[in-house]
Amino acid sequence: MANIISDETIEYVGILAKLSLSEEEREQAKKDMGRMLDYIDKLNELDTTGVEPMSHVFAVRNVFREDEVTGGDGREEVLRNAPEQKDDMFVVPSVMSH
Amino acid sequence: MELLSLSAVELGAAIGTGKATAVEAMEAVLGRIAEAEEELHCYITIDKEKALERAQSAQRRIEAGELTGPLAGVPMAVKDNLCTEGMLTTCASRILGNFVPTYTAQAVQNLERAGAVIIGKTNMDEFAMGSTTETSAYGITRNPCGREHVPGGSSGGSAAAVAARECFFALGSDTGGSVRQPASHCGVVGMKPTYGTVSRFGLIAYGSSLDQVGPLCRTVEDCAVILEILAADSQDGLRSDSCTGNYVGSLAAGEKPQNQEIFGAESHSPDSGLNAGQGIRQKTGQKAGGQAARNDSTYLGRKDIDFTSALKKDVKGMRIGIPGDYFGQGLDGEVRRVVLAAAELLRKNGAVVEEFDLSLAEYAIPAYYTIAAAEASSNLERFDGIKYGYRAADAEELHQMYKKTRSQGFGPEVKRRIMLGSFVLSSGYYDAYYLKALRVKAMIKKAFDEAFARYDCILGPVAPATAPKLGESLDDPLKMYLGDIYTISVNLAGLPAISVPCGADKNGLPIGLQLIGDCFAEKKILQAAYTYEQLKKA
Amino acid sequence: MSKQYETVIGLEVHVELATRTKIFCGCSTAFGGKPNSHTCPVCTGMPGTLPVLNRKVLEHAVAVGLATNCRITRYCKFDRKNYFYPDNPQNYQISQLYLPVCRDGYVEIDLEEAGETEVQGAETETGRKGTKAGGKETKDERKGTNAGGEGTDARWGMDGEKAAPRRKKRIGIHEIHMEEDAGKLIHDDWEDCTLVDYNRSGVPLIEIVSEPDMRNAREVIAYLEKLRLIIRYLGASDCKLQEGSMRADVNLSVRRVGDTHLGTRTEMKNLNSFRAIARAIEGEKLRQIDLLEAGEAVVQETRRWDDLKGTSYAMRSKEDARDYRYFPDPDLVPVSIDDAFLEEIRARQPEFRTEKMARYRAEYDIPDYDIEIITGSKTMADLFEATVALGAQPKKASNWLMGETLRLLKERELDPEDIRFSPEHLAKLIELAEGKIINSTVAKEVFEHMFEEDVDPQEYVEEHGLKMVSDGDDLRKVVEEVIAANPKSAEDYKGGKERALGFLVGQTMKAMKGKADPAGVNRMLKELLR
Repeated sequence: MANIISDETIEYVGILAKLSLSEEEREQAKKDMGRMLDYIDKLNELDTTGVEPMSHVFAVRNVFREDEVTGGDGREEVLRNAPEQKDDMFVVPSVMSH
Repeated sequence: MELLSLSAVELGAAIGTGKATAVEAMEAVLGRIAEAEEELHCYITIDKEKALERAQSAQRRIEAGELTGPLAGVPMAVKDNLCTEGMLTTCASRILGNFVPTYTAQAVQNLERAGAVIIGKTNMDEFAMGSTTETSAYGITRNPCGREHVPGGSSGGSAAAVAARECFFALGSDTGGSVRQPASHCGVVGMKPTYGTVSRFGLIAYGSSLDQVGPLCRTVEDCAVILEILAADSQDGLRSDSCTGNYVGSLAAGEKPQNQEIFGAESHSPDSGLNAGQGIRQKTGQKAGGQAARNDSTYLGRKDIDFTSALKKDVKGMRIGIPGDYFGQGLDGEVRRVVLAAAELLRKNGAVVEEFDLSLAEYAIPAYYTIAAAEASSNLERFDGIKYGYRAADAEELHQMYKKTRSQGFGPEVKRRIMLGSFVLSSGYYDAYYLKALRVKAMIKKAFDEAFARYDCILGPVAPATAPKLGESLDDPLKMYLGDIYTISVNLAGLPAISVPCGADKNGLPIGLQLIGDCFAEKKILQAAYTYEQLKKA
Repeated sequence: MSKQYETVIGLEVHVELATRTKIFCGCSTAFGGKPNSHTCPVCTGMPGTLPVLNRKVLEHAVAVGLATNCRITRYCKFDRKNYFYPDNPQNYQISQLYLPVCRDGYVEIDLEEAGETEVQGAETETGRKGTKAGGKETKDERKGTNAGGEGTDARWGMDGEKAAPRRKKRIGIHEIHMEEDAGKLIHDDWEDCTLVDYNRSGVPLIEIVSEPDMRNAREVIAYLEKLRLIIRYLGASDCKLQEGSMRADVNLSVRRVGDTHLGTRTEMKNLNSFRAIARAIEGEKLRQIDLLEAGEAVVQETRRWDDLKGTSYAMRSKEDARDYRYFPDPDLVPVSIDDAFLEEIRARQPEFRTEKMARYRAEYDIPDYDIEIITGSKTMADLFEATVALGAQPKKASNWLMGETLRLLKERELDPEDIRFSPEHLAKLIELAEGKIINSTVAKEVFEHMFEEDVDPQEYVEEHGLKMVSDGDDLRKVVEEVIAANPKSAEDYKGGKERALGFLVGQTMKAMKGKADPAGVNRMLKELLR
């Protein structure tokens, strides 16, 4: 395997993606990611010099809304699925704790 | 009348002429579900009572003359990644195990407005990530054509429900083959339209630049009828989401010229000399794609959506290209034989069939997995335990809450792709992986452009083999990804493609024929598929 | 010791745009309302929902870019900035990294000539910004297209000549980009948790990123005042620091005088007044110099300023990787701007301050000082012009603004943007006062009510019976009574004592409860005592 994924990399990606892996999952993830990256490295066989990256397949531009209020009070709908709420707000663990 | 043997359009006609009712159709489907569902498990959610109520309401409106379309009263199944107001929508994930949307996906709204009646929500690979429906958090689905086999995926529940006659048609979503491949494995018709043809509003995103909603059904005719409804612009389609407004869009000047009728001549035609900046100045009154308020910036609002006009049994002079690289190493011999026989049948009936070299097919998979994983890693960030869905119980600190919620809420395949996607976008790797993949995508698009300068359609297999046995795929993700080799480039290039049943292997497992069209050329592939279907029937 | 050091400051200014709706959905941007009442599935990141750009946001952003001499990016895109935080419902913010809508602009600030020497000319240094992840930048796909020479025809600003010796300094603008605001987090001490309100989530912002061209707090504040004036003139935002519709993050580093490379910088957040900004700059400068003097290194980090304590502290966390994984948002299509659109925005640009000052000098006979004050606020200038257009004499209108208005604003610690009375009412008040319908004392009293509640002066005067009584039987009767009640004074006057008349006038005014015109009373007394 050309791509060796370190514990640090898995730890770092876990911070970015907010995933914590068990010891077993971590070993598997190292292996899987290494293999996938080896496979993705296949793209380097292609010379892409001068090729613009294509994010949208169609050259559609300038899709807008007009600046007109279309919503009313969305509180009830928006909070309906909240795991925890208080005073019409979503509750999360304190962000002040650190 | 044996209702279950009818196609969606045939049933719609029977209901329209009073030979059957929407309620009878729903009862027939629910009866079938009672027999088969325990073993097959096509659905995640069915509420029989509500389904019957909806059918009754549809029947009343049909009798009152309010509902007259070809699908009025026809029961449909909806993939569980399409939001349905008031109905559980899980994406086959634990993290959305209790999510009840307050809005309905545009695709579903369009069909409901046309009178189709929802039966329930079908099983799928978690967040549409998988090719077997085995990554669902709610159990596997069995292939009705071979119970020890997977139905394919990710829209496996939808394909199996159509094949098992647990619905008359179903909606799926296709990011890398997720409609076409299960259609192929279950012996039904499945189609992915040109990117932007169907609004993605309410479709829970996997890879935003690749996702399209598409139908799974019994016949090519059903497919064309459903697609017309899915693609239609609907002015009052935004009732339950409060955030829509009017739309002005335009295709940039100097881009590949498209048919005027695709967008409507007045504002999208390159010939009219409009360019993008003028698009900015257009007033709301001058609507680009018709009348609609927009809830998806990438929705094109096409005008050329009279897909049923392509239901003609005629392929004379149609130029069909067979990419040599789709028939090389890795393709099962039986699949190869059956697909080539289908090509031969079309040739005998007047099509000009020719082998050519599409090239780049082997690069589509790594490019696809880079782009899809990157987009997915970002799209799935919103599942954090704060606003909806699962939340880990015992977290005291914010980041611990995020991590526990997501680690417990997502399954292994989803986590694998999120990790990969986060990595390829991270500092220092973005250019090498993500931008590289976008460049390869551009090259793949160009290769297709060149092919479609010569051919009306490209013909090939959908999958390298028939449906694998249950439990054999997940151990080796890379091998599973390789199974998407013939479907993935279509999504990268935004093309339309259809999967039509064309035979079976020695075990009776279905084989699908894939017809790929140029952007906006759905009609050509529908015509070829329809012709093939009729020829085969004869 | 600190004289050996030079401070280098760049600013990231966030401005909330004055649109009716949010940047990507139709929810109202109105302030207030119950928590989460201005929300919908889009701005709360519900699954399957998608953004559609508010056209007005682009118009405002381009207008600000033109007014700050920027090059307008003809082909711009939105990118996702990925980070987990509860105020951000999608856990990514839609912003612009690779192709921001405006680039390479500047504003000129006026500085009073000070004795201290300041090193200038940081503009040519390289590596000056680099706050974004990895400095990845794809090239502008429309590179080489000319944005229409706005550099030559858009030099507006407050550059009028003034009495004190001044010097101008140009502050470079690196870029302006469009993005969405985040929701509000409220700490619940009682239950030790945080509550999230998404009413502000998705409110449109522009972020104006300056070059590191400022050297002290005075320059920073002059720059902010200049930006605020321009944006208020454009009507693109009300730019209130206290309310958060204008926010500034300060990037600051120090280096020894003569050094050509920049030192390591820190970013300071939570600065919600000019005073806080000035204090934070001073504090951070000293902190960094102390570190360097002690042989320690400055750590590149984000710090939060606590204005009450007068110190900043690092916002550090192991979980905060600051690797935002920017990539083009696949849910939004690019924006392509052509000449016609630019022309339309340009045509809509208002008369800016310099032009306005010149015109006032030519059109109105009011002092330069008045002109400078009035044009220093778009609200005040608009009010002045509208009042004059309604027929008021410019000098009178100016007097009310310069006198009573400024006095009351100062007394109530308000900003000219907070003025609530209408030009119609001011014009009417001037008419009443000039037409001797009310006297000046009454006029001031009426003005105060107008200032508070925008009352109609005419109605107010009538309701409260404040009209002057300068003539007729009413006045004659009162004057006769006053003379009868003060025979001694009447005799004194008749005997040649002029001062006695003053007393009688005062007594009459008192009896009239102030509603009389003193000159009329004077006349009537003289007539009756003849």
